[in-house]
Amino acid sequence: MKLIYYPGCTLKNQAKNFEDAGLCALDKLGIEVQELERWNCCGTVFSLVTDDLIHHLAPVRVLIRTKEAKSNSLMTMCAMCFNTLKRANERVRADADALSTLNDLMYEEETKYEGDVDVYHLLEILKDKIGFETIRQKTVKPLQDLKVASYYGCYLIRPREIGIDDPENPQILEDLTASLGATPIDFPYKTECCAAYKTVDNPNIVAERTYQILNSARQLGAEVVVVSCPLCAFNLDARQKETSKLYPEFQHVPILYFTQLMALALGCSEEKLRLDLHYIDPKPILKSKGLI
Amino acid sequence: MRINISRKNINDLFVAKIQELSGQNLLACYQCGKCSAGCPAVSDMDLLPNQIIRYAQLGLKDELMHSKSIWVCASCMTCNVRCPRGIKIAEVIEAIRQILLRKRADHLPLENLSPEVKCQVPPIALISSFRKFTS
Repeated sequence: MKLIYYPGCTLKNQAKNFEDAGLCALDKLGIEVQELERWNCCGTVFSLVTDDLIHHLAPVRVLIRTKEAKSNSLMTMCAMCFNTLKRANERVRADADALSTLNDLMYEEETKYEGDVDVYHLLEILKDKIGFETIRQKTVKPLQDLKVASYYGCYLIRPREIGIDDPENPQILEDLTASLGATPIDFPYKTECCAAYKTVDNPNIVAERTYQILNSARQLGAEVVVVSCPLCAFNLDARQKETSKLYPEFQHVPILYFTQLMALALGCSEEKLRLDLHYIDPKPILKSKGLI
Repeated sequence: MRINISRKNINDLFVAKIQELSGQNLLACYQCGKCSAGCPAVSDMDLLPNQIIRYAQLGLKDELMHSKSIWVCASCMTCNVRCPRGIKIAEVIEAIRQILLRKRADHLPLENLSPEVKCQVPPIALISSFRKFTS
């Protein structure tokens, strides 16, 4: 199996380790990955107003690049890229006039977009095309005794029409972590928004949410929290410093990306995870479980 | 709080513009409050999501344009997923933001961002906040 891969901005910057871990894990699963050539930023958020076609141009251009790579499907490891690309795709598939206008705006492109590319988040591919049973069989270092709470945030599961799982009670991350040998911990805040980009203009809102989300996970026994969106990862990890200022009794919880847990269990070297880039150090808990 | 309701406000172009930009029928809302009950941002809001819809139905333009809530909503879509009437509340809030932003009334003056913030937060956060808070 060969996947055409769209990295997006953050997996090439602050979260490069999430990409490295993901690529290593996919290599261990025997999946060939080819990075999309000449990719551009997707815009990070889907434009919600009816007349704002121009902001769908960037994601549609990414889909044109996918066609030029002779593929009809595109994989991303970022929940926000997934949401923006997939919603723009569904938007133009349902509106021939909008698609024609966008193609006209991109008249210098040699390829026309015709709604003929499917967008996938890596988690969907793991579940539907590779299978969690295969992942279980290829796990060489089971995450024995590691209690992992799965945090989904928003863009992977909402809105319902494009979400990859039940918007109220998703299970896909729990199924993945269980197949890697970890113990999934259910908690009520797993789909609660972390306040996303409010981290730029009002980090305290994010710190408050971080408190609610992580405290709940911790009280139910979680030792680490796993995420599938690089913005959730940054917020829940970096803002714990501000959370501690607001709530001195708050106990830190390490945040890991789902690709890092995969890399660890599938036998990638610890360097791929670059645990030194994390704000809250995951090494003590991973060492105590004999995983690093 | 005293609110003046008038036929003039209700029939104002502002209400039509919100409906056009959001693609939503505001009168479908029967004020069950489910959107506000599940919204993670209500503790930082001055108008709750169900109140935003009611105010929009009534054309209370000044109250909506000056509300803090429209900048607190991060379009997490929890309300949209739960609305029994299928109203996309996040789209209505985005429409109000857009009406303001299209007058070049940026909510986030980029020149005020410190170099520390610009270096620390990932591009995904910067770009999405520019998209939501600037014209």
